[in-house]
Amino acid sequence: MDDRTLAGLLADDLDAAFETLVRAHVDRCHAIALRVTGSHHDAEEVAQEAFVRAYRALAGYPPERISSLRLRPWLATIVVNLCRNRHRRAAPPALSLTALLDAGAEPQATLASGPAATAERHDARERLGTLLANLPERYRVPVVLRHVDSLSYAELALVLGKPEGTLKAQVHRGLAMLRVAAAAAGLEELIA
Amino acid sequence: MTDNPMLTSLTAPAPAHLADDVLVEVGLADRMAPLGTAIGVLWVAWNGRGVAAVDLAEDGPAAAAHHQVVSGRRTLLADALPASLAGPIARRLSGDRSARITLDLRGHTDFEVAVWEKALDIPFGEVRPYGWIAAEIGRPKAVRAVGTALGHNPVPLVVPCHRVVRTDGTIGQYSLGGPGNKRAILAAEGLDPDGLETAARRGERLIGSDTTHIVCWPTCRHARRVSAAHRVPFRSLRDAQARGYRACKVCRPTAIEAAA
Repeated sequence: MDDRTLAGLLADDLDAAFETLVRAHVDRCHAIALRVTGSHHDAEEVAQEAFVRAYRALAGYPPERISSLRLRPWLATIVVNLCRNRHRRAAPPALSLTALLDAGAEPQATLASGPAATAERHDARERLGTLLANLPERYRVPVVLRHVDSLSYAELALVLGKPEGTLKAQVHRGLAMLRVAAAAAGLEELIA
Repeated sequence: MTDNPMLTSLTAPAPAHLADDVLVEVGLADRMAPLGTAIGVLWVAWNGRGVAAVDLAEDGPAAAAHHQVVSGRRTLLADALPASLAGPIARRLSGDRSARITLDLRGHTDFEVAVWEKALDIPFGEVRPYGWIAAEIGRPKAVRAVGTALGHNPVPLVVPCHRVVRTDGTIGQYSLGGPGNKRAILAAEGLDPDGLETAARRGERLIGSDTTHIVCWPTCRHARRVSAAHRVPFRSLRDAQARGYRACKVCRPTAIEAAA
């Protein structure tokens, strides 16, 4: 079901359609929260709270306003705002990105290929997630929205309230920083 | 779209319970868990808006299936009540009226909710007649409707409809498994149901003290501490007032002669 249809159903009968909204958007909202906060625990709390707030907001909106909502960026906005309100980080950074960049960063290891390759890939993904979570917020949030959640730049502009050109530059810079950090951490395989 | 393969690997399904947690939190689905009580295991349904049901059932699946039909909401079984509910419910059932338990009473009438809220004013180990609730909520003639509303109480024990008895002083019906359970719960609260009925049949509907000249419902704590030598039974508030007694300001006995 596309979001326009879903918005119409929500406007019609919030309680009947809300579960469809949750099931359609729970994975992406959780992924945004996970990659912005860098914490599984925080991500679950943020994603749940985001939907609860969405429900309460929708319950107070007139039907015309609900049916004209752009659900993808609207939900992403709620998630991003909740992430920002949360200062604590569950796990300490595995390695400091700034320190790596300052030091000119030598690659430390390469990904092993072997019987435990799947577990290694999982581990590598988590390490990449940690690197991403340690990007400065002004790069991290646009990179997550653009490349984890695949929002368009027009949608990013709605969520973050900045011009598309600025956001393109932030995403570009964020990716460059992430590539350097990934190479330094021996995660070239994931960049290729 | 120019998805970056490096980062699309960072998407993953959310934990399976997350969607259900959201739906329960906003009150579009319920959870249900067992609770041990004086009359055996009861099943408690709740969501983010509050406790929605307390019921007897063969087992969890039967309880959830029945609640799903009654509430119209998907009902998920849980192993136990969350501590945030188990604590206040245990305190409420042992007589602590300060225990705060929010209730999800969507779909019920204002009259029903008023009756249930008034039942919450009756202290542990005391009873009041239907007519008292009717008078207290400003609907003195609606005694029968009060009885019906109490019979429809979705959260028995949590809302103590077992503390409301017939206007003639007999214990009366109970929705949660019948009148035997009502007697058992009142006995567990320290009352003697048979003794109450016997006294009511003798015409002892109210109890006064000849030292204070105050008259109470028989189970009011102020009536129960009157010594036998000073205890004066009355058939009605009118009889008591004719003898110069006034109504207790705590238990507020009402004129219930008309309703029976």
